[in-house]
Amino acid sequence: MKEVVEFQLNGRATTLTLDADRLLLWVLRTDLALTGAKYGCGAGLCGACTVLVDGEAVRSCMFPVREVQGKEVTTVEGLASDAVLHPVQQAFVEHDAMQCGFCTSGMILSAYSLLRRNSNPSGDQIIAHMEGNLCRCGSHKRVLEAIQTASRKMNGGRP
Amino acid sequence: MRPDEYCFCEPEHVSDAFTLSRREMLKVLGGITIIFTAGEPLAAMEESLALAQQRRGGRYPDEISAYLHIGEAGRVNCYSGKIEMGQGIITSLAQMLADELDVSLDSVDMVMGDTALCPRDMATVGSLSTRQYGPALRRAGAAARALLIELAAEHLGASQDRLAVEDGVVFDQDDPGKRVSYAELARGKQLEHRIEASTTPKGRSELRICGKGASRADAEVKVTGLARYCGDIRVPGMLYARILRPPMHGATLEHVDTSAAEEIDGVRVVRDGDLVAVLHEYPDVAERALARIEARYSEPERTVDNSNIFEHLESLAPEAETFAAAGDLDEGRRLAVKTFEVTYLNHYVAHAPIEPHTALVQLEGDRATVWASTQAPFWVQGQAAEALGIPAEDVRVITPFVGGGFGGKASNRQVTETARLAKLAGRPVQVAWTRQEEFFYDTFRPAAVVKVKSGFDRANRVVYWDYDNLFGGSRSSEPVYHIPHHRVLSRGSWGGGGHPAHPFSVGAWRAPASNTNVFAMEQQMDIMAQAAGKDPLSFRFANLVDERMRRVVEAAAEKFGREWAVAPSGRGHGLAITDYHDTYVATMAEVEVDRATGAVKVKRVVCAQDTGEVINPDGVRLQIEGCITMGLGYVLSEEVRFNGGEVLDKDFDTYKLPRFSWVPQIETVLVDNQEMPPSGCGEPAITPMGAVIANAVYDAIGVRTFVLPMTAERILRALRES
Repeated sequence: MKEVVEFQLNGRATTLTLDADRLLLWVLRTDLALTGAKYGCGAGLCGACTVLVDGEAVRSCMFPVREVQGKEVTTVEGLASDAVLHPVQQAFVEHDAMQCGFCTSGMILSAYSLLRRNSNPSGDQIIAHMEGNLCRCGSHKRVLEAIQTASRKMNGGRP
Repeated sequence: MRPDEYCFCEPEHVSDAFTLSRREMLKVLGGITIIFTAGEPLAAMEESLALAQQRRGGRYPDEISAYLHIGEAGRVNCYSGKIEMGQGIITSLAQMLADELDVSLDSVDMVMGDTALCPRDMATVGSLSTRQYGPALRRAGAAARALLIELAAEHLGASQDRLAVEDGVVFDQDDPGKRVSYAELARGKQLEHRIEASTTPKGRSELRICGKGASRADAEVKVTGLARYCGDIRVPGMLYARILRPPMHGATLEHVDTSAAEEIDGVRVVRDGDLVAVLHEYPDVAERALARIEARYSEPERTVDNSNIFEHLESLAPEAETFAAAGDLDEGRRLAVKTFEVTYLNHYVAHAPIEPHTALVQLEGDRATVWASTQAPFWVQGQAAEALGIPAEDVRVITPFVGGGFGGKASNRQVTETARLAKLAGRPVQVAWTRQEEFFYDTFRPAAVVKVKSGFDRANRVVYWDYDNLFGGSRSSEPVYHIPHHRVLSRGSWGGGGHPAHPFSVGAWRAPASNTNVFAMEQQMDIMAQAAGKDPLSFRFANLVDERMRRVVEAAAEKFGREWAVAPSGRGHGLAITDYHDTYVATMAEVEVDRATGAVKVKRVVCAQDTGEVINPDGVRLQIEGCITMGLGYVLSEEVRFNGGEVLDKDFDTYKLPRFSWVPQIETVLVDNQEMPPSGCGEPAITPMGAVIANAVYDAIGVRTFVLPMTAERILRALRES
């Protein structure tokens, strides 16, 4: 059964006519050709597929596309504006906070969802928030440092 | 590196490179292409290539080549058969070339792992990229620079000895207005230069880009989601495949009914013997269709699982090969005032890269293009060719960014599957394994048993060392200490070598064999230190004559602290050292153990490493940090549970990887040794993690598990039994 699903995708009105049981991850990656969100486990256990729906981090591999109806979806492709990196992206670059990069989109969007709610999180709050995002290369230390730097940048450079 | 370490993954037929395509490339690109042939042997490379040739019994090109291209816009393409999977050579190889050519780092573009464009390469394994390809690249760069100066001298009408280069511009030092850029020299040309280079690369003091930290060249594409991995690539008409899988290794398909799957719109089912797959233009629809297939398998008897695997391995252990020996073991035993006999065990461990194995095969007439998530594009070329029934030179393999490998992507089962399906379907096909398939078909780090007998004399010198590794492999098992009477045996290799002992495939896992060996060797040293009434640091110094290693241990102690006490001191401090292919590592750690639960918290890790010349210090530090963090998993939690051929761990809920809350304070020390050629850094620092944590746990609570992983349950049991 095809349905019409309307939503904002990275700031642009998007209308899809499709089987709305399909999962957001695959719709993004195939129908919409946005491949920044990755499949890592298909069970919400690794965080590589993380995107934002109305500002909240969700696991797109378990999220039926029907549920984005009328909402705003942000993927990693939508973070930079006019070729200027978002402070979170910039901080990941500055700290070399990645190796293979496969988990990076999910890391960045998880971090961004935290900083939207709490612009000055403590180290423990960052760790607790990021705990569900897996990185196999072991870039965790750099990711934590990058999120702290991003937090400072988003607070106008104050420590 | 020993020959047996290469044989496992490599297919029998490996073709020569696609020379035609390089010429085609030249036609398209214009500019100057430089094909460099080594005029003299490059020791490290030569050695490993010769071994590969021996194993294969085939032919290897007699030249060692590196290619680069200087385009009309002045950008430099650097072609490398090595691939980028996170280890950072996309940056460090570019640094090496930029320095030799005298161009800016950001003017170099790396082209990696494309069999049509890149020089033939073994595989990206063994922390060998910088060590193997780096020297070839440097010579190529130096030779290219010499050639460009020659062209510039003609162009400017100036003598070569007056010319210098800065940022890709050649100028007359006496008349700086006389200048010409590499870009101008390349413009309008379609030149191919084949150089037999005797040009010597620059000395260390002349280097301006190597040795300085450089940010990852791939950072920006990775933070914006633009970096392309294999699964991100689609070609017209492509279908996604999901494959029917058996419930356990060794099971055979007896009956299959695909009719319900075929009722879904757009679904195609293809079958070739046991290979049954569902194809659809959307991967999630293919997945849904696969779930509707009814299949029945006959299952073999289950005789082995995690509880009896070590007895099982001991009963099947093959003949021992002597890896290293010196002196006379009987004499050593006689000299010893105390002897020790300890057995160390480790369970199977998964690679678990976040990107599962993926491949895309497109057949056009009798030629094929393969995109693969692989560490070994040139092996994949042969494997795909065999599956497709076409000559290897008609297969081009393109390697996009690889989402982690750790040795697991030297094995490429998914490529063969994809090739067969593309041929059956008559359409391009992509196969991306699910996490469950990844856990099922992974080539696990083998479970292993290590038996060590050792002893020290009246002066606390280790004089006796009898070491026997069953199924772990031999790498890093030669003693780093001066032990006059020793023997190191190895039975079976980490690649399995076709031995039927393992219930599933095993293979190279980041620093193959070494993790198993250092876990045993460096605990044995601590056990002897304690018995001698010595602290772990001074006992090691008393037995360490290698000056270079002493410096590395000193450097670690300088950072960590020199106050060591006889274990168990209650402080939870540990130490372990190793030599991994000429990279020296000393790691010191501090842990806390919860006596009520057995849980270990690693609080601080200091790692000093001498990796020879450091090309990119930022990159080396990142690799060390990665090794330490990844190491926490195999040491504390990672164990593949299985029952016969059934793999019970299927996802990250039960198979536990290190997480943010586990990460200790990490401090890295790069020991200056710029005079030694660069050695590897992607693996060495992971190898002491087992012993350093085991030794620290012992120092904290006075017990050892002798088994990896040291789970909370095992530590609790050891505490209760103590």
